[in-house]
Amino acid sequence: MLELKNISYVVEDENGQEKVILDDISLTIDEHFVAITGPNGGGKSTLAKIIAGIITPTSGQILLDGEDITGLNITERANKGISFAFQQPVHFKGLTVKDMVSIASGKTMTTHQVCDILSEVGLCARDYVEREVNNSLSGGELKRIEIAMILARGTKLSLFDEPEAGIDLWSFNSLIKVFEKMRDDINGAILIISHQERILNIADKIIVLANGKISNIGTKEEVFPKLLLEAVNCKRLEEKI
Amino acid sequence: MDIIQKNLLEQVADLHEVPKGAYNIRANGELSSRNTTANIDIVTKEDKPGIDIIIKPGTKNESVHIPVIISESGVKDMVYNDFYIGEGADVVIIAGCGIHNMGMETSKHDGIHTFYVGKNAKIKYVEKHYGAGDGNGENVMNPETVIIMEEGSYMEMETTQIKGIDSTIRVTTAKLEAGATLEIRENIMTHGKQYAKTDFSVDLNGADSSANVVSRSVARDRSKQEFFSVINGNSECRGHSECDAIIMDEASVSASPQLTANNIDASLIHEAAIGKIAGEQLIKLMTLGLTEQEAEEQIINGFMK
Repeated sequence: MLELKNISYVVEDENGQEKVILDDISLTIDEHFVAITGPNGGGKSTLAKIIAGIITPTSGQILLDGEDITGLNITERANKGISFAFQQPVHFKGLTVKDMVSIASGKTMTTHQVCDILSEVGLCARDYVEREVNNSLSGGELKRIEIAMILARGTKLSLFDEPEAGIDLWSFNSLIKVFEKMRDDINGAILIISHQERILNIADKIIVLANGKISNIGTKEEVFPKLLLEAVNCKRLEEKI
Repeated sequence: MDIIQKNLLEQVADLHEVPKGAYNIRANGELSSRNTTANIDIVTKEDKPGIDIIIKPGTKNESVHIPVIISESGVKDMVYNDFYIGEGADVVIIAGCGIHNMGMETSKHDGIHTFYVGKNAKIKYVEKHYGAGDGNGENVMNPETVIIMEEGSYMEMETTQIKGIDSTIRVTTAKLEAGATLEIRENIMTHGKQYAKTDFSVDLNGADSSANVVSRSVARDRSKQEFFSVINGNSECRGHSECDAIIMDEASVSASPQLTANNIDASLIHEAAIGKIAGEQLIKLMTLGLTEQEAEEQIINGFMK
Protein backbone atom coordinates (compact mmCIF):
# COMPACT_ATOMS: atom_id res chain seq x y z
CA MET A 1 0.00 0.00 0.00
CA LEU A 2 2.33 2.77 1.26
CA GLU A 3 6.08 2.59 1.32
CA LEU A 4 8.49 5.21 2.58
CA LYS A 5 12.11 4.85 1.51
CA ASN A 6 14.86 6.74 3.33
CA ILE A 7 12.76 9.82 4.04
CA SER A 8 14.73 12.67 5.63
CA TYR A 9 13.66 16.20 6.39
CA VAL A 10 16.22 18.77 7.44
CA VAL A 11 15.53 22.44 8.17
CA GLU A 12 17.71 25.37 9.13
CA ASP A 13 17.08 26.75 12.61
CA GLU A 14 17.21 30.45 13.52
CA ASN A 15 20.98 30.27 14.06
CA GLY A 16 21.56 28.86 10.61
CA GLN A 17 22.30 25.40 12.04
CA GLU A 18 20.90 22.31 10.34
CA LYS A 19 18.18 20.60 12.31
CA VAL A 20 17.13 17.07 11.46
CA ILE A 21 13.38 16.58 11.86
CA LEU A 22 13.19 13.18 10.17
CA ASP A 23 16.24 11.00 9.82
CA ASP A 24 16.25 8.33 7.12
CA ILE A 25 12.80 6.85 7.77
CA SER A 26 11.93 3.68 5.89
CA LEU A 27 8.73 1.78 6.51
CA THR A 28 5.97 -0.14 4.80
CA ILE A 29 2.30 0.07 5.64
CA ASP A 30 0.18 -2.82 4.44
CA GLU A 31 -1.98 -3.25 7.52
CA HIS A 32 -5.54 -2.01 7.90
CA PHE A 33 -5.07 0.24 10.94
CA VAL A 34 -1.65 1.61 11.82
CA ALA A 35 -0.88 4.02 14.65
CA ILE A 36 2.10 6.34 14.96
CA THR A 37 2.95 7.46 18.45
CA GLY A 38 5.90 8.94 20.30
CA PRO A 39 6.92 12.07 22.19
CA ASN A 40 5.92 15.57 21.05
CA GLY A 41 8.38 17.03 18.58
CA GLY A 42 9.40 13.58 17.40
CA GLY A 43 8.42 14.25 13.78
CA LYS A 44 5.01 12.53 13.59
CA SER A 45 3.02 15.40 12.07
CA THR A 46 5.87 16.20 9.68
CA LEU A 47 5.81 12.62 8.45
CA ALA A 48 2.03 12.77 7.84
CA LYS A 49 2.41 16.07 5.96
CA ILE A 50 5.16 14.56 3.82
CA ILE A 51 2.86 11.66 2.90
CA ALA A 52 0.03 14.09 2.00
CA GLY A 53 2.39 16.27 -0.06
CA ILE A 54 2.13 19.36 2.16
CA ILE A 55 5.83 19.19 3.02
CA THR A 56 8.50 18.13 0.52
CA PRO A 57 11.12 15.84 2.05
CA THR A 58 14.79 16.76 1.77
CA SER A 59 15.46 13.28 0.42
CA GLY A 60 13.78 9.94 0.04
CA GLN A 61 10.95 8.35 -1.88
CA ILE A 62 7.24 7.71 -1.30
CA LEU A 63 5.46 4.87 -3.07
CA LEU A 64 1.71 4.32 -3.14
CA ASP A 65 0.75 0.88 -4.43
CA GLY A 66 4.17 0.67 -6.00
CA GLU A 67 3.86 4.02 -7.82
CA ASP A 68 6.39 6.72 -6.99
CA ILE A 69 4.36 9.74 -5.82
CA THR A 70 7.28 11.76 -4.39
CA GLY A 71 7.00 14.38 -7.15
CA LEU A 72 3.21 14.74 -7.02
CA ASN A 73 1.59 17.79 -5.42
CA ILE A 74 -1.16 17.78 -2.74
CA THR A 75 -4.05 17.71 -5.24
CA GLU A 76 -2.53 14.92 -7.32
CA ARG A 77 -1.94 12.80 -4.23
CA ALA A 78 -5.48 13.47 -3.01
CA ASN A 79 -6.75 12.23 -6.35
CA LYS A 80 -4.53 9.13 -6.12
CA GLY A 81 -6.38 8.23 -2.92
CA ILE A 82 -4.74 9.96 0.05
CA SER A 83 -6.89 11.81 2.59
CA PHE A 84 -5.58 13.86 5.48
CA ALA A 85 -7.47 15.00 8.59
CA PHE A 86 -5.69 17.99 10.12
CA GLN A 87 -4.81 18.20 13.79
CA GLN A 88 -6.20 21.75 13.85
CA PRO A 89 -9.30 21.90 11.62
CA VAL A 90 -9.27 24.93 9.32
CA HIS A 91 -12.00 27.59 9.60
CA PHE A 92 -13.85 28.84 6.52
CA LYS A 93 -16.01 31.95 6.40
CA GLY A 94 -19.12 31.24 4.40
CA LEU A 95 -18.48 27.60 3.55
CA THR A 96 -21.00 25.37 5.30
CA VAL A 97 -20.70 21.83 6.62
CA LYS A 98 -22.72 20.69 3.62
CA ASP A 99 -20.38 22.55 1.23
CA MET A 100 -17.28 20.98 2.77
CA VAL A 101 -18.66 17.43 2.85
CA SER A 102 -19.81 17.85 -0.76
CA ILE A 103 -16.39 19.12 -1.87
CA ALA A 104 -14.78 16.18 -0.05
CA SER A 105 -17.04 13.65 -1.77
CA GLY A 106 -16.35 15.24 -5.15
CA LYS A 107 -20.03 15.62 -6.00
CA THR A 108 -23.03 17.72 -5.05
CA MET A 109 -24.64 15.93 -2.15
CA THR A 110 -28.24 16.05 -1.02
CA THR A 111 -28.98 16.98 2.58
CA HIS A 112 -29.97 13.36 3.10
CA GLN A 113 -26.56 12.10 1.94
CA VAL A 114 -24.72 14.63 4.12
CA CYS A 115 -26.94 13.55 6.99
CA ASP A 116 -25.84 9.92 6.58
CA ILE A 117 -22.18 10.87 6.78
CA LEU A 118 -22.59 13.24 9.72
CA SER A 119 -24.50 10.64 11.70
CA GLU A 120 -21.48 8.32 11.26
CA VAL A 121 -19.43 10.77 13.33
CA GLY A 122 -22.17 11.35 15.86
CA LEU A 123 -23.54 14.68 14.63
CA CYS A 124 -27.20 15.33 14.05
CA ALA A 125 -27.17 16.66 10.51
CA ARG A 126 -30.30 18.76 10.85
CA ASP A 127 -28.48 21.01 13.31
CA TYR A 128 -25.29 21.23 11.28
CA VAL A 129 -25.68 21.07 7.50
CA GLU A 130 -26.12 24.79 7.01
CA ARG A 131 -23.69 25.88 9.73
CA GLU A 132 -20.51 27.63 8.62
CA VAL A 133 -17.29 25.76 9.33
CA ASN A 134 -15.90 28.45 11.63
CA ASN A 135 -15.25 29.15 15.29
CA SER A 136 -18.97 29.14 16.11
CA LEU A 137 -18.50 25.36 16.23
CA SER A 138 -16.74 23.75 19.19
CA GLY A 139 -13.39 21.97 18.90
CA GLY A 140 -15.11 18.59 19.17
CA GLU A 141 -17.64 19.47 16.47
CA LEU A 142 -14.93 20.71 14.09
CA LYS A 143 -12.96 17.50 14.68
CA ARG A 144 -15.99 15.39 13.82
CA ILE A 145 -16.62 17.38 10.65
CA GLU A 146 -12.95 16.94 9.74
CA ILE A 147 -13.40 13.18 10.11
CA ALA A 148 -16.72 13.26 8.22
CA MET A 149 -14.87 14.78 5.23
CA ILE A 150 -12.45 11.84 5.26
CA LEU A 151 -15.38 9.40 5.37
CA ALA A 152 -17.06 11.25 2.48
CA ARG A 153 -13.91 10.78 0.40
CA GLY A 154 -13.56 7.07 1.20
CA THR A 155 -10.04 6.87 -0.25
CA LYS A 156 -7.62 3.97 0.04
CA LEU A 157 -5.37 5.75 2.56
CA SER A 158 -6.69 8.00 5.34
CA LEU A 159 -4.27 9.93 7.54
CA PHE A 160 -5.40 11.34 10.89
CA ASP A 161 -3.18 13.70 12.85
CA GLU A 162 -4.04 13.44 16.55
CA PRO A 163 -7.83 13.34 16.28
CA GLU A 164 -8.00 13.49 20.07
CA ALA A 165 -6.12 16.82 20.33
CA GLY A 166 -8.13 19.76 21.61
CA ILE A 167 -11.35 17.95 22.46
CA ASP A 168 -12.94 17.18 25.80
CA LEU A 169 -13.09 13.76 27.36
CA TRP A 170 -16.77 13.26 26.58
CA SER A 171 -16.24 13.97 22.92
CA PHE A 172 -13.20 11.73 22.93
CA ASN A 173 -15.08 8.74 24.29
CA SER A 174 -17.58 8.86 21.48
CA LEU A 175 -14.83 9.59 18.96
CA ILE A 176 -13.15 6.32 19.89
CA LYS A 177 -16.34 4.54 18.85
CA VAL A 178 -16.16 6.32 15.49
CA PHE A 179 -12.65 4.98 14.94
CA GLU A 180 -13.58 1.49 16.06
CA LYS A 181 -16.42 1.51 13.57
CA MET A 182 -14.23 2.98 10.85
CA ARG A 183 -11.67 0.27 11.47
CA ASP A 184 -14.36 -2.34 10.79
CA ASP A 185 -16.04 -0.60 7.85
CA ILE A 186 -13.44 1.22 5.82
CA ASN A 187 -12.00 -0.50 2.77
CA GLY A 188 -8.65 1.22 2.71
CA ALA A 189 -5.90 1.71 5.24
CA ILE A 190 -5.91 4.10 8.19
CA LEU A 191 -2.74 5.75 9.45
CA ILE A 192 -3.39 7.59 12.68
CA ILE A 193 -1.13 9.70 14.85
CA SER A 194 -2.22 9.34 18.45
CA HIS A 195 -1.12 9.27 22.06
CA GLN A 196 -4.26 7.56 23.25
CA GLU A 197 -3.99 4.05 24.57
CA ARG A 198 -7.51 3.23 23.39
CA ILE A 199 -6.56 4.13 19.82
CA LEU A 200 -3.26 2.25 20.05
CA ASN A 201 -5.20 -0.74 21.42
CA ILE A 202 -7.13 -1.22 18.19
CA ALA A 203 -4.07 -0.78 15.91
CA ASP A 204 -2.72 -3.70 13.89
CA LYS A 205 0.69 -2.11 14.02
CA ILE A 206 2.24 0.62 16.15
CA ILE A 207 5.15 2.78 15.02
CA VAL A 208 7.03 4.74 17.67
CA LEU A 209 8.71 7.85 16.31
CA ALA A 210 11.18 9.70 18.55
CA ASN A 211 13.81 12.29 17.64
CA GLY A 212 13.06 11.82 13.95
CA LYS A 213 13.74 8.09 13.99
CA ILE A 214 11.68 4.95 14.31
CA SER A 215 12.53 3.72 17.79
CA ASN A 216 10.15 0.79 17.77
CA ILE A 217 7.68 -0.90 15.47
CA GLY A 218 5.39 -3.89 15.93
CA THR A 219 2.12 -5.14 17.38
CA LYS A 220 0.83 -3.64 20.61
CA GLU A 221 2.04 -6.66 22.55
CA GLU A 222 5.53 -6.05 21.21
CA VAL A 223 5.55 -2.28 21.53
CA PHE A 224 3.60 -1.47 24.71
CA PRO A 225 6.09 -2.73 27.37
CA LYS A 226 8.95 -0.74 25.90
CA LEU A 227 6.76 2.28 25.28
CA LEU A 228 5.97 2.58 28.97
CA LEU A 229 9.66 2.42 29.83
CA GLU A 230 10.52 5.03 27.21
CA ALA A 231 7.90 7.36 28.58
CA VAL A 232 9.91 7.65 31.76
CA ASN A 233 13.27 8.87 30.64
CA CYS A 234 13.74 11.27 33.55
CA LYS A 235 15.56 9.82 36.53
CA ARG A 236 13.88 12.02 39.10
CA LEU A 237 10.46 11.16 37.68
CA GLU A 238 11.36 7.49 37.61
CA GLU A 239 12.14 7.57 41.33
CA LYS A 240 8.76 9.15 42.06
CA ILE A 241 6.95 6.41 40.10
CA MET B 1 -36.87 43.96 -24.96
CA ASP B 2 -33.82 42.43 -26.70
CA ILE B 3 -31.55 39.60 -25.57
CA ILE B 4 -28.93 41.88 -24.00
CA GLN B 5 -31.59 43.68 -21.99
CA LYS B 6 -33.15 40.39 -20.90
CA ASN B 7 -29.75 39.13 -19.77
CA LEU B 8 -29.14 42.29 -17.73
CA LEU B 9 -32.55 41.92 -16.15
CA GLU B 10 -31.73 38.38 -15.13
CA GLN B 11 -28.42 39.45 -13.59
CA VAL B 12 -29.75 42.31 -11.51
CA ALA B 13 -33.20 41.12 -10.58
CA ASP B 14 -33.17 37.33 -11.12
CA LEU B 15 -35.99 37.93 -13.55
CA HIS B 16 -36.54 35.78 -16.60
CA GLU B 17 -39.72 37.50 -17.62
CA VAL B 18 -42.02 40.26 -16.49
CA PRO B 19 -42.28 40.01 -12.68
CA LYS B 20 -45.42 39.40 -10.70
CA GLY B 21 -46.74 42.23 -8.57
CA ALA B 22 -45.66 45.85 -8.83
CA TYR B 23 -42.73 46.75 -11.03
CA ASN B 24 -41.10 49.56 -12.93
CA ILE B 25 -38.49 48.73 -15.55
CA ARG B 26 -36.32 51.59 -16.77
CA ALA B 27 -34.26 51.00 -19.91
CA ASN B 28 -31.72 53.41 -21.39
CA GLY B 29 -33.02 56.34 -19.37
CA GLU B 30 -36.69 55.86 -20.15
CA LEU B 31 -39.65 53.98 -18.74
CA SER B 32 -39.94 50.58 -20.39
CA SER B 33 -42.86 49.06 -18.52
CA ARG B 34 -44.74 49.40 -15.24
CA ASN B 35 -47.37 47.65 -13.19
CA THR B 36 -49.09 48.79 -10.01
CA THR B 37 -51.27 46.87 -7.58
CA ALA B 38 -54.12 47.78 -5.26
CA ASN B 39 -51.64 48.39 -2.43
CA ILE B 40 -48.57 49.60 -4.29
CA ASP B 41 -48.62 52.66 -6.48
CA ILE B 42 -45.79 53.90 -8.68
CA VAL B 43 -45.91 57.51 -9.87
CA THR B 44 -43.52 59.31 -12.20
CA LYS B 45 -41.96 62.40 -10.64
CA GLU B 46 -42.79 65.67 -12.36
CA ASP B 47 -39.97 67.91 -11.14
CA LYS B 48 -37.04 65.53 -11.81
CA PRO B 49 -36.36 62.07 -13.26
CA GLY B 50 -37.49 59.23 -11.06
CA ILE B 51 -40.49 57.70 -9.39
CA ASP B 52 -42.38 57.64 -6.11
CA ILE B 53 -43.24 54.19 -4.84
CA ILE B 54 -46.11 54.40 -2.40
CA ILE B 55 -46.90 51.35 -0.31
CA LYS B 56 -50.15 51.48 1.65
CA PRO B 57 -50.10 50.90 5.41
CA GLY B 58 -50.58 47.26 6.34
CA THR B 59 -49.55 45.86 2.93
CA LYS B 60 -48.22 42.35 3.51
CA ASN B 61 -46.29 39.82 1.45
CA GLU B 62 -46.00 41.92 -1.67
CA SER B 63 -42.94 42.78 -3.71
CA VAL B 64 -41.77 45.65 -5.91
CA HIS B 65 -39.18 45.26 -8.66
CA ILE B 66 -37.51 48.38 -9.99
CA PRO B 67 -34.61 47.34 -12.22
CA VAL B 68 -32.67 49.79 -14.37
CA ILE B 69 -30.88 48.56 -17.46
CA ILE B 70 -28.56 50.35 -19.82
CA SER B 71 -27.58 48.63 -23.04
CA GLU B 72 -26.54 51.64 -25.14
CA SER B 73 -23.03 53.02 -24.82
CA GLY B 74 -22.63 56.55 -23.50
CA VAL B 75 -25.96 56.78 -21.67
CA LYS B 76 -25.79 58.97 -18.58
CA ASP B 77 -28.76 58.28 -16.39
CA MET B 78 -29.68 59.88 -13.08
CA VAL B 79 -32.80 59.01 -11.09
CA TYR B 80 -34.43 59.93 -7.81
CA ASN B 81 -36.60 57.15 -6.43
CA ASP B 82 -38.53 57.72 -3.22
CA PHE B 83 -40.12 54.86 -1.31
CA TYR B 84 -42.93 55.57 1.13
CA ILE B 85 -43.54 52.45 3.18
CA GLY B 86 -46.77 52.71 5.16
CA GLU B 87 -47.20 51.83 8.80
CA GLY B 88 -47.08 48.11 9.55
CA ALA B 89 -46.36 47.08 5.95
CA ASP B 90 -44.15 44.06 5.25
CA VAL B 91 -42.69 44.07 1.72
CA VAL B 92 -39.70 43.10 -0.41
CA ILE B 93 -38.15 45.67 -2.74
CA ILE B 94 -35.76 44.54 -5.43
CA ALA B 95 -33.74 47.16 -7.23
CA GLY B 96 -30.73 46.73 -9.41
CA CYS B 97 -28.81 48.21 -12.23
CA GLY B 98 -27.25 46.42 -15.14
CA ILE B 99 -25.05 48.07 -17.74
CA HIS B 100 -23.96 46.42 -20.98
CA ASN B 101 -21.50 48.71 -22.65
CA MET B 102 -20.25 47.62 -26.08
CA GLY B 103 -19.07 51.04 -27.11
CA MET B 104 -16.20 53.37 -26.34
CA GLU B 105 -18.05 55.91 -24.25
CA THR B 106 -18.70 55.89 -20.53
CA SER B 107 -22.10 54.62 -19.44
CA LYS B 108 -23.22 55.94 -16.12
CA HIS B 109 -26.10 55.38 -13.76
CA ASP B 110 -26.47 57.40 -10.60
CA GLY B 111 -29.47 56.85 -8.40
CA ILE B 112 -30.66 58.29 -5.15
CA HIS B 113 -33.04 56.00 -3.33
CA THR B 114 -34.78 57.43 -0.30
CA PHE B 115 -36.72 55.16 2.03
CA TYR B 116 -39.29 56.49 4.43
CA VAL B 117 -39.98 53.43 6.55
CA GLY B 118 -43.18 53.95 8.54
CA LYS B 119 -43.90 52.89 12.12
CA ASN B 120 -43.49 49.14 12.68
CA ALA B 121 -43.05 48.55 8.95
CA LYS B 122 -40.71 45.83 7.81
CA ILE B 123 -38.85 45.80 4.52
CA LYS B 124 -36.22 43.82 2.78
CA TYR B 125 -34.36 45.77 0.15
CA VAL B 126 -32.16 43.91 -2.32
CA GLU B 127 -29.89 45.82 -4.67
CA LYS B 128 -27.57 44.30 -7.28
CA HIS B 129 -25.14 46.02 -9.59
CA TYR B 130 -23.72 44.39 -12.65
CA GLY B 131 -21.75 45.50 -15.65
CA ALA B 132 -20.74 43.81 -18.88
CA GLY B 133 -19.56 44.68 -22.36
CA ASP B 134 -16.62 44.18 -24.65
CA GLY B 135 -15.99 47.79 -25.50
CA ASN B 136 -13.55 50.12 -23.83
CA GLY B 137 -16.27 52.36 -22.46
CA GLU B 138 -16.36 52.57 -18.68
CA ASN B 139 -19.31 51.43 -16.57
CA VAL B 140 -19.88 53.81 -13.70
CA MET B 141 -22.49 53.57 -10.93
CA ASN B 142 -22.89 55.79 -7.94
CA PRO B 143 -25.84 54.63 -5.87
CA GLU B 144 -26.92 56.69 -2.91
CA THR B 145 -29.33 55.33 -0.35
CA VAL B 146 -31.04 57.47 2.28
CA ILE B 147 -32.92 55.61 5.00
CA ILE B 148 -35.30 57.23 7.44
CA MET B 149 -36.71 54.77 9.92
CA GLU B 150 -39.62 55.52 12.22
CA GLU B 151 -40.34 53.88 15.56
CA GLY B 152 -40.25 50.10 15.67
CA SER B 153 -39.47 49.72 11.97
CA TYR B 154 -37.14 47.11 10.53
CA MET B 155 -35.08 47.20 7.36
CA GLU B 156 -32.77 44.66 5.87
CA MET B 157 -30.61 45.87 3.01
CA GLU B 158 -28.60 43.53 0.84
CA THR B 159 -26.33 45.14 -1.69
CA THR B 160 -24.17 43.26 -4.15
CA GLN B 161 -21.68 44.26 -6.79
CA ILE B 162 -19.85 41.31 -8.24
CA LYS B 163 -18.82 42.14 -11.76
CA GLY B 164 -18.05 44.69 -14.38
CA ILE B 165 -18.43 48.05 -12.62
CA ASP B 166 -15.33 50.13 -13.25
CA SER B 167 -15.98 52.84 -10.75
CA THR B 168 -18.48 53.12 -7.95
CA ILE B 169 -19.04 55.38 -5.00
CA ARG B 170 -21.76 54.01 -2.77
CA VAL B 171 -23.15 56.26 -0.11
CA THR B 172 -25.67 55.08 2.45
CA THR B 173 -27.02 57.23 5.27
CA ALA B 174 -29.56 56.18 7.85
CA LYS B 175 -31.41 57.77 10.75
CA LEU B 176 -33.15 55.49 13.22
CA GLU B 177 -35.90 56.35 15.69
CA ALA B 178 -36.78 54.41 18.85
CA GLY B 179 -36.83 50.62 18.54
CA ALA B 180 -35.86 50.67 14.85
CA THR B 181 -33.50 48.00 13.52
CA LEU B 182 -31.30 48.22 10.46
CA GLU B 183 -29.35 45.30 9.01
CA ILE B 184 -27.02 46.00 6.08
CA ARG B 185 -25.08 43.38 4.24
CA GLU B 186 -22.74 44.43 1.45
CA ASN B 187 -20.82 42.17 -0.95
CA ILE B 188 -18.29 43.64 -3.35
CA MET B 189 -15.81 42.08 -5.70
CA THR B 190 -13.50 44.19 -7.83
CA HIS B 191 -11.23 43.17 -10.71
CA GLY B 192 -8.77 44.79 -13.09
CA LYS B 193 -8.31 48.47 -12.33
CA GLN B 194 -11.76 48.95 -10.79
CA TYR B 195 -12.40 51.32 -7.94
CA ALA B 196 -15.10 50.92 -5.30
CA LYS B 197 -15.76 53.20 -2.39
CA THR B 198 -18.34 52.51 0.27
CA ASP B 199 -19.49 55.10 2.74
CA PHE B 200 -21.96 54.20 5.48
CA SER B 201 -23.20 56.69 8.01
CA VAL B 202 -25.77 55.65 10.60
CA ASP B 203 -27.34 57.83 13.31
CA LEU B 204 -28.89 55.82 16.11
CA ASN B 205 -31.18 58.53 17.47
CA GLY B 206 -33.95 56.64 19.25
CA ALA B 207 -33.81 54.55 22.41
CA ASP B 208 -33.27 50.86 21.78
CA SER B 209 -32.44 51.37 18.11
CA SER B 210 -29.85 49.09 16.57
CA ALA B 211 -27.78 48.78 13.43
CA ASN B 212 -25.59 46.02 12.07
CA VAL B 213 -23.46 46.86 9.03
CA VAL B 214 -21.52 43.98 7.52
CA SER B 215 -19.32 44.32 4.46
CA ARG B 216 -17.51 41.46 2.81
CA SER B 217 -15.31 42.16 -0.17
CA VAL B 218 -12.73 40.67 -2.46
CA ALA B 219 -10.22 42.88 -4.27
CA ARG B 220 -8.38 41.23 -7.16
CA ASP B 221 -5.80 42.30 -9.72
CA ARG B 222 -4.94 46.00 -9.31
CA SER B 223 -8.32 47.13 -8.06
CA LYS B 224 -8.79 49.52 -5.19
CA GLN B 225 -11.41 49.53 -2.45
CA GLU B 226 -12.14 51.98 0.31
CA PHE B 227 -14.53 51.34 3.16
CA PHE B 228 -15.80 54.07 5.46
CA SER B 229 -18.34 53.50 8.16
CA VAL B 230 -19.58 55.96 10.73
CA ILE B 231 -21.96 54.99 13.51
CA ASN B 232 -23.20 57.64 15.90
CA GLY B 233 -24.87 56.41 19.07
CA ASN B 234 -27.06 59.26 20.23
CA SER B 235 -29.18 57.32 22.71
CA GLU B 236 -29.34 53.96 24.42
CA CYS B 237 -28.59 51.84 21.34
CA ARG B 238 -26.51 49.08 19.82
CA GLY B 239 -24.32 49.50 16.78
CA HIS B 240 -22.03 46.99 15.12
CA SER B 241 -20.05 47.29 11.94
CA GLU B 242 -17.80 44.75 10.34
CA CYS B 243 -15.54 45.01 7.33
CA ASP B 244 -13.96 41.81 6.18
CA ALA B 245 -11.85 41.85 3.02
CA ILE B 246 -9.80 39.38 1.05
CA ILE B 247 -6.97 41.02 -0.80
CA MET B 248 -5.35 39.37 -3.83
CA ASP B 249 -2.70 40.09 -6.43
CA GLU B 250 -1.71 43.78 -6.38
CA ALA B 251 -4.99 45.15 -5.05
CA SER B 252 -5.40 47.74 -2.32
CA VAL B 253 -8.03 47.86 0.41
CA SER B 254 -8.48 50.40 3.15
CA ALA B 255 -11.00 50.35 5.99
CA SER B 256 -11.81 53.41 8.09
CA PRO B 257 -14.35 52.75 10.79
CA GLN B 258 -15.55 55.49 13.05
CA LEU B 259 -17.69 55.10 16.16
CA THR B 260 -19.05 57.99 18.19
CA ALA B 261 -21.00 57.52 21.41
CA ASN B 262 -22.95 60.57 22.54
CA ASN B 263 -24.86 58.68 25.21
CA ILE B 264 -23.52 56.64 28.11
CA ASP B 265 -25.79 53.73 27.20
CA ALA B 266 -24.66 53.53 23.59
CA SER B 267 -22.90 50.25 22.88
CA LEU B 268 -20.85 50.34 19.67
CA ILE B 269 -18.50 47.79 18.15
CA HIS B 270 -16.42 47.74 15.02
CA GLU B 271 -14.48 44.85 13.55
CA ALA B 272 -12.23 45.11 10.51
CA ALA B 273 -10.04 42.47 8.95
CA ILE B 274 -8.08 42.59 5.70
CA GLY B 275 -5.91 39.73 4.57
CA LYS B 276 -5.07 37.31 1.83
CA ILE B 277 -6.62 33.84 1.61
CA ALA B 278 -5.08 31.75 4.40
CA GLY B 279 -2.60 29.18 3.09
CA GLU B 280 -4.07 26.49 5.32
CA GLN B 281 -7.51 27.00 3.73
CA LEU B 282 -6.02 26.35 0.30
CA ILE B 283 -4.10 23.33 1.57
CA LYS B 284 -7.19 21.84 3.23
CA LEU B 285 -9.22 22.06 0.03
CA MET B 286 -6.32 20.71 -2.02
CA THR B 287 -6.16 17.64 0.24
CA LEU B 288 -9.80 17.13 -0.74
CA GLY B 289 -8.76 16.94 -4.39
CA LEU B 290 -9.22 20.53 -5.61
CA THR B 291 -6.52 22.33 -7.57
CA GLU B 292 -5.16 25.53 -6.05
CA GLN B 293 -7.28 27.60 -8.43
CA GLU B 294 -10.45 25.61 -7.69
CA ALA B 295 -9.75 25.95 -3.97
CA GLU B 296 -9.40 29.72 -4.35
CA GLU B 297 -12.75 29.91 -6.19
CA GLN B 298 -14.53 27.87 -3.51
CA ILE B 299 -13.13 30.08 -0.75
CA ILE B 300 -14.19 33.29 -2.52
CA ASN B 301 -17.64 31.94 -3.43
CA GLY B 302 -18.25 30.92 0.16
CA PHE B 303 -16.95 34.22 1.50
CA MET B 304 -19.20 36.26 -0.80
CA LYS B 305 -22.28 34.09 -0.32
